[in-house]
Amino acid sequence: MTDKKQSILAVLTKPPYGGTTAKEALDAVLTAAAFEVPVSVLFMDDAVFQLLPEQKTEGIEVKCLATTLPVLPMYDVEHIYVDRKALVDRGIDAEQLILSVQPVETDTLRSLFQNHSRILSF
Amino acid sequence: MILHTVNKSPLTSSCLNNCLRAIGDNDGLLLIEDGVYGADKHQGLKLKPLPSGITVYALKADVEARGLMGRLSEDVRVIDDQEFVDLVVSHNASQSWY
Repeated sequence: MTDKKQSILAVLTKPPYGGTTAKEALDAVLTAAAFEVPVSVLFMDDAVFQLLPEQKTEGIEVKCLATTLPVLPMYDVEHIYVDRKALVDRGIDAEQLILSVQPVETDTLRSLFQNHSRILSF
Repeated sequence: MILHTVNKSPLTSSCLNNCLRAIGDNDGLLLIEDGVYGADKHQGLKLKPLPSGITVYALKADVEARGLMGRLSEDVRVIDDQEFVDLVVSHNASQSWY
């Protein structure tokens, strides 16, 4: 087994607020980053909805994800990817997200899974 | 007159499709929680063809939380919790798709 340097890929597929997985993913990523484990994040499927601006959550009394997600780069989490197809399917513009992310095509997306030693899915 | 509620995103669940198969004339369709993604005009509720008399509502708190205010289809009516209660009362039955 080649000694693949410890690195985590967090794969997110769930939208915000419908359940708690979006928040749990963020907590896990920030924890890994705090322990200086290289961690990358991939937003796929409905998780791309987590990146929409203008989230006002007072009405459902939960903490707003859109205020926490943008801090990821400050925790040295720089490799943040989004599945371009998921954006296109939902008519979302990659330029208007709450965080600068790197849209990826299918082949790059697949390589992400190969290039990390651990995968966490949310 | 039935009030149907859907609480899952149409892209990752069959709840909305099931509802649209069952919904009849003069019923109401209320999108709540993640169901409000169905009201997003971009990926579309694909409501056509909908029987006549169907009014589509979306719950305000859920729409705002998800940043969808500027992305809704025109024919969707945003309602608050009190109007939600009024809707339930004004229909003689309700059916939740979840």
